[in-house]
Amino acid sequence: MDLIINGKPEQLPDGITAAQLIEQLGLAGQRLAIEVNREIVPRSALTGYTFKPGDRIEIVRAIGGGAR
Amino acid sequence: MSTVMKTATHRTADPLLIDGVEYQSRLLVGTGKYKDMEETRLAIEASGAEIITVAIRRTNLGQKADEPNLLEVLPPDRYTYLPNTAGCYSAEDAVRTCRLARELLDGHNLVKLEVLGDEKTLFPDITQTLSAAETLIADGFRVMVYTNDDPIIARRLEEMGCVAVMPLAAPIGSGLGIRNPYNILTIVENAGVPILVDAGVGCASDAAIAMELGCDGVLMNTAIAGARDPVLMASAMRKAIEAGRESFLAGRIPKKRFASASSPVEREGFFRKGSCKTRAAIIYGALQRLWRVSSIESLLSVLSG
Repeated sequence: MDLIINGKPEQLPDGITAAQLIEQLGLAGQRLAIEVNREIVPRSALTGYTFKPGDRIEIVRAIGGGAR
Repeated sequence: MSTVMKTATHRTADPLLIDGVEYQSRLLVGTGKYKDMEETRLAIEASGAEIITVAIRRTNLGQKADEPNLLEVLPPDRYTYLPNTAGCYSAEDAVRTCRLARELLDGHNLVKLEVLGDEKTLFPDITQTLSAAETLIADGFRVMVYTNDDPIIARRLEEMGCVAVMPLAAPIGSGLGIRNPYNILTIVENAGVPILVDAGVGCASDAAIAMELGCDGVLMNTAIAGARDPVLMASAMRKAIEAGRESFLAGRIPKKRFASASSPVEREGFFRKGSCKTRAAIIYGALQRLWRVSSIESLLSVLSG
């Protein structure tokens, strides 16, 4: 299944859940937020959330910023 | 109660109140542009800031996240995180960023909204800012908003329900200081919510001037992170904010065109009149204090070595 993660085309196995994706990317345990097609997937829903082909996934974190 | 104690009490009883929460520090700092995480941590500790801004960005994929995480170095239970929408050029992007931040920070809803107009000036896009503020407030966010130094827009943002209004002093990262003190003053005078200068401060005196104008606080990043010694500048900024606040509360003297002597002017003064005997007594008293002696004898023994 083809989809876009953080702007890059990626291939994922069918039926993979959001929680499994985070695990696979080595991001488990990190403080993250996930958006699929501009809708936030709440942390509590990650284990049950499955992707569809063409989904645009954004995975974000907090970094140093606020440069004035 | 002594004057000193009154002052001390007064100082601790002068918290910055934002959306019903009290903060002892009136200096808010950004966490960007530092050399590394350790310098970030040291500078922020030296600044005494309790509220720190963070950016929300895409996670790097396919890279080992070896560098320490900001949230570990600056724990959110010790600092109030203020996610900001830095780098957003539309209301839609700013709203999305705030929603991601709220998810990321477990429902934390205090955010700093900024929607920029162009890359050259980084001036705020006011129409997009107003639109984003409206959406965010309706969605339950507590919005601290970056704006230009326009008193009319500042009042409008307050009326919409923003919990703090943050006019720029000068363009972001320019270090030009307070370019329009009269507008900042007008914004402060009109306001019922905290007014914090955000952007443009270059050095400690700029921060003190903002506070002397009556601002409730200052938010800065580049002035500290870009200094040759960021930790020392963070300490300087902390003192400048405190000094500026106390100077504002103390009430400055009016400016006058001509001199006004600070010593009492008496016609019977030491240098004008008085006997030789009086002068000798005064000089003797001064020498006594100088050498901590109590009699002519011991004075003479001190003098003769």
